[in-house]
Amino acid sequence: MDSLADQLLVLSLLINFIVLGTSRLGFAVRAVAIQGVVLGLLPALIHPFSWHIVLIVILMICAKGVLIPWLITNAIRKAEIKREVEPFIGYIPTLVLGAICTALAFVFAKRLPMAAEHQGLLFVPASIATLMTGFLVLTTRRKAISQVIGYLLMENGIFIFGLLLAGAMPVMVEAGAVLDLLVAIFVMGIIMNHISREFSSLDTSRLTMLKEE
Amino acid sequence: MQLSLMLIMPAVGALIAWILPDNRRRPLVLPVFAVIHLLLLGWVLVDTPPPSPHGWFLLDPIGKLVLSSFSILFAACAWYSVNYLRYREERSNRILCSALLLCLSAMCLVSISQNLGVLWVALETTSILMAPLVYFNHNARSLEATWKYFLICSVGIAVALLGIFFLAYSTIVARQDATLLLSSLIDDAPRLNPQWRHTAFIFLLVGFGSKMGLAPMHTWKPDAYGEAPGIVGALLAGGLVNCAFLSLMRVYQIAVATQEAATFQNALIVMGLLSMAFAAVFMARQNDFKRMLAYSSVEHVGILTLALGLGKGALFGALFHMVNNCLTKGVLFLSAGNIHRAFGSKNTATVRGAIRWVPWSGALFLTGFLAITGSPPFAPFVSEFTIVSSAFTTGNYWAGSLFLVFLAVIFIGMALTVLPVVLGAPPELEAGAARPPRDGLVAIMPLLLLMGIMLILGIWLPPPLRELLMAGARLLGGGQ
Repeated sequence: MDSLADQLLVLSLLINFIVLGTSRLGFAVRAVAIQGVVLGLLPALIHPFSWHIVLIVILMICAKGVLIPWLITNAIRKAEIKREVEPFIGYIPTLVLGAICTALAFVFAKRLPMAAEHQGLLFVPASIATLMTGFLVLTTRRKAISQVIGYLLMENGIFIFGLLLAGAMPVMVEAGAVLDLLVAIFVMGIIMNHISREFSSLDTSRLTMLKEE
Repeated sequence: MQLSLMLIMPAVGALIAWILPDNRRRPLVLPVFAVIHLLLLGWVLVDTPPPSPHGWFLLDPIGKLVLSSFSILFAACAWYSVNYLRYREERSNRILCSALLLCLSAMCLVSISQNLGVLWVALETTSILMAPLVYFNHNARSLEATWKYFLICSVGIAVALLGIFFLAYSTIVARQDATLLLSSLIDDAPRLNPQWRHTAFIFLLVGFGSKMGLAPMHTWKPDAYGEAPGIVGALLAGGLVNCAFLSLMRVYQIAVATQEAATFQNALIVMGLLSMAFAAVFMARQNDFKRMLAYSSVEHVGILTLALGLGKGALFGALFHMVNNCLTKGVLFLSAGNIHRAFGSKNTATVRGAIRWVPWSGALFLTGFLAITGSPPFAPFVSEFTIVSSAFTTGNYWAGSLFLVFLAVIFIGMALTVLPVVLGAPPELEAGAARPPRDGLVAIMPLLLLMGIMLILGIWLPPPLRELLMAGARLLGGGQ
């Protein structure tokens, strides 16, 4: 089962690059949705069956695969934008940066010792690479929607690492964390709607009134 | 029992505020529940409840200090808000009142949780609840501020979550029982896997640092503090900062128990001084007095972090300064809110001579400025003096000297903004325009009380508070 888990993690690393390389927002949202579903399946593969795990799988797939993508797609439709134009850093340079980040994540993960039952798995590099890709998207794109997508990627990165702890963490804490992160996305969605109403665009580079003179 | 009441009562208040249909009377829920909360606070301070069965919840001396300081601040803000919201009747205050009370409940949870996971959940809840509060004015500027605030804080707190996960994983690698319980983490700290532990500390420092607004992760602060209403600014600068600082102190408790205590403390000293330097640079020639207060907040989180890094005697100063900063920021933000409303602007080109138009608020703004910059006889002077003297006695001459230099520069920078705002010549009124009404004593009372507390604590430290501060400092220093 472990090799299947690793393959899924490689798939999610590839999705990172798809998000980095595309200018079509709808496509990026769908890619992140697929990543969410892929990651949602992982706990079932690496942990023995328990209702706790079933709950996590269902919650993840519903939230990341259906609910959040639907929310963001709605925002895209309302604001009538399809593409990210003129990011702060172009697509090819961010792809290169993303590749460098992923390589660094592997180097970094090599230096960290793993527990015996997690030896040789890709969890740590995949987690850090996804986190860094998310941060890259968040900082290099102008549109509020792209920034939310970046935040989603960061969250997915944290989720990948959290899987290693799934048995060890109290259910209460886990549920609280997942819930908080979901609510954060919802609040972002609400603010985004307000931005598109107020500025009739979702371009955060228009948010420049508050600056040091 | 008492602790769960402290969590539940504000939530009940939030529910009532949500249900009440009357926009005029709804704000009265705030002071009512603030008083109930203060009574409960008195109860738990006198009769400290035992830890919960699994040890997840416990009110230790540090938690007591954080809880009492923001509870007093909240009560002052609640009192003030009744008057404030009367001026803003055109806008529905349903979300504001409910979110404020829920935030109080979440902040209580932060101060009593001994489990890092629960602590994180509570802290994230406070930052989510603050988002609609920052956006209260519903205009383009507050929208921009909310977006920046929320994005930076969410990313920061997500990084902190990863740091907590790393810490938990370091227990698994070290073949200890995986736990996020503070007491067991402190006991096992030297035996945790060093690589994971080290990485965890870096992530936690960055994560909680951006929540506190340490430079260079402070960029959301001037915007959010500048655009939010005065009460929200006060609660951000007093309540949220203290909660984030409490989280940092929890990490500190674990870090000083390990072999890398010195490295961690040095990192804190550098980050603290860096924040003070940033504040000193941006404070000068600031022409928006609310943004100036935000930089003052960056300065003070810098002081707190620096004091934590210095350790030993400075820990007493750190805890005391946390209380002082919380209450003095309340005075500053609330009086700044009054001045902002009287002049209809927060730009220093328009706002001059506040003491003529709104004498109470102007005088309190000036006194608050003197207190926060560490002038005697106010309490921040005592705490800053403790910190700087401990820097010199422990041989940190560089840190101590830089601290004094930054304080002096910040004093001058802040004075250049505050003095004209309060004492300058008021703007010429157009013919026929009426002067804004003077500020009434009822609306000013909570500010006078906060200022009075700062004055008394600066002259005389009551023995119970001294003991609490000592106990907190001992706990921080690892029981020495």
